[in-house]
Amino acid sequence: MKYKDINLGLVLPILIIVLLGAWPIISQKDINRETIFTIILFMGLASSLNIFLGYTGYVSFGHVVYFGLGGYVGFYFMSAQGQSIWIAMLTGGLASGLLAFLLGKAILRLRGGYFALATIGVNEAVRAFINNFDLFGGPIGMTLNFKVYKAYGGAAKSLWMAYYLLIATVLLVIVVSYLVRTSKFGLGLLAIREDEDAAEVMGVRAPDAKTWAYVLSAIFPGILGALFFFKNGAIEPVPAFRLSMSIEMIVMVMLGGQGTVLGPLLGAAGYQWMRGFLLTNSFFKNIQLAVAGGLLLVIVLFVPGGVIGWLRKQIPGLRRVLQ
Amino acid sequence: MGFLLASVTDGLLIGFVYGVAAMGLTLIWGVMDVINLSHGPIITLGMFGVYLLFTGPLGLNPYLALLFVALGGLLFGILVYFIAVHRVIGASHLSTLLATYAVNMIIIGIGTAIFTASPRNVEFNMGRLTFGNVTLLGTRVIAAVASVLVSAGLYLFLYKTRPGRYIRAVANNKDAAELMGVPSMQILALSFGLGTMLAAISGALIATFFPFTILAGGAYELKSFVISVLGGLGNPIGALYGGLILGVLEGIIPTFMETTWVPVVEFVLFVLILLVRPQGLLGVKK
Repeated sequence: MKYKDINLGLVLPILIIVLLGAWPIISQKDINRETIFTIILFMGLASSLNIFLGYTGYVSFGHVVYFGLGGYVGFYFMSAQGQSIWIAMLTGGLASGLLAFLLGKAILRLRGGYFALATIGVNEAVRAFINNFDLFGGPIGMTLNFKVYKAYGGAAKSLWMAYYLLIATVLLVIVVSYLVRTSKFGLGLLAIREDEDAAEVMGVRAPDAKTWAYVLSAIFPGILGALFFFKNGAIEPVPAFRLSMSIEMIVMVMLGGQGTVLGPLLGAAGYQWMRGFLLTNSFFKNIQLAVAGGLLLVIVLFVPGGVIGWLRKQIPGLRRVLQ
Repeated sequence: MGFLLASVTDGLLIGFVYGVAAMGLTLIWGVMDVINLSHGPIITLGMFGVYLLFTGPLGLNPYLALLFVALGGLLFGILVYFIAVHRVIGASHLSTLLATYAVNMIIIGIGTAIFTASPRNVEFNMGRLTFGNVTLLGTRVIAAVASVLVSAGLYLFLYKTRPGRYIRAVANNKDAAELMGVPSMQILALSFGLGTMLAAISGALIATFFPFTILAGGAYELKSFVISVLGGLGNPIGALYGGLILGVLEGIIPTFMETTWVPVVEFVLFVLILLVRPQGLLGVKK
């Protein structure tokens, strides 16, 4: 690999996050920060999912379970144990990674549709369990005491801090995603995507590779979950494990181009922009879901490679740049 | 004891209806290897079909309305197949999952705009049947009987008619079936139509005894996943047994645990069976 390739494949995604992230900081408007927070959060989630889904081709349909679980564990440490946001992010990420490791060993033996179904089952099982788990507040969930924010200089400052932490985490996700993609490990994953049996014959240890990709792609949603619910101030089972959020993540990966570093970022931005447009447009407001569904269908049927896949096909010169 | 007996019988009756819903899902999976994520909204459409025909100017008897809903479900399914599914047959699971999910979003989006999310119910009473200390709602008994008839009909169709044989042939090996002159595209469309027809029928039956909203189908879709796996994915007759097992579980568990634990048990069981016996509890190992 040439030096030039490393630069563009990684710098372009980082530049997008940094520029996007700088806008609210420069304008110092809370409303801008909230908008960008959601976009960058989904960029992070979609990129994490892409490490697994995009590179190995396995469809994790219940990936939101790691977001919700990380959120819950982190929240528990903050609200019940009085720990800091740092500990919350750490424990949230670890809890999600651990669950993915334990589950991965078992459910990654399943292939194709069976695996997708199992991940839906896992999400529903965890949500139903947390709904009954009194330590985490059962169906009511938990709320953060206002005092928690005092440690960071009040609620307003905490929100900004959460925002900075978010940008840092998502930058980390992108670097990891890039490193995986360009490493031998990532090459093994891509081989699994093309043909798992052939990959194993060629010496890829598929069960291990899949498990580690799965763990990696679970840790970051865990951290982001802890961060998101810290900012949110309350957590409940239904919003934490919303299956449709899993699917939104997949749509973003798909929209931008699965298996690329840049794709999920473009997908997340595009999807959120479209959602905002449809929700605020008086004509589309009521049927925004149907319009989004129609667009999704068109993309799946006619542009399965997403934006990046399409660009790479149309302009061969971009293939080396768009990783 | 009487209480247990009552909840088991009730669970069994509902289990038959669940079974019909799952049969539709599992039939589509078995024939074309597609997990139909628009299954839930189609169940809802069945509910609303009966609701509109019953409360509308015609005031149709719900069981008569069922026939129209079934026919509508079949035609709608064939339409969905040609618009959304045909192009992604044989593509990755991601494509088929997302294509059917897009259909899900379109139905829910339009449905919410028209009907809002407020709850509805079909106020229809078929009396009660009492055996000793077990009392059964008439609507549930009829729904169970109808489900058995539908299942028997599906069985006869799949095993005794020519199109049924074609469907089984395509499910078994699409390429070989094509070489034998089976028109695979029509057969796939028919299978998808039958799958959605079964979903619509189950929705129509559920509507006669449970209230529902435009989003109600989602819960039954998840149940259909669990049932399909219990009975063996791709095995329509196994789905009926799966439905009964789930129905009984839902009847029994609340007698010794809190009702809210039911989904925990269901989904843990679901994942375990996928892992240990992916061919289903009653299936034979391939």
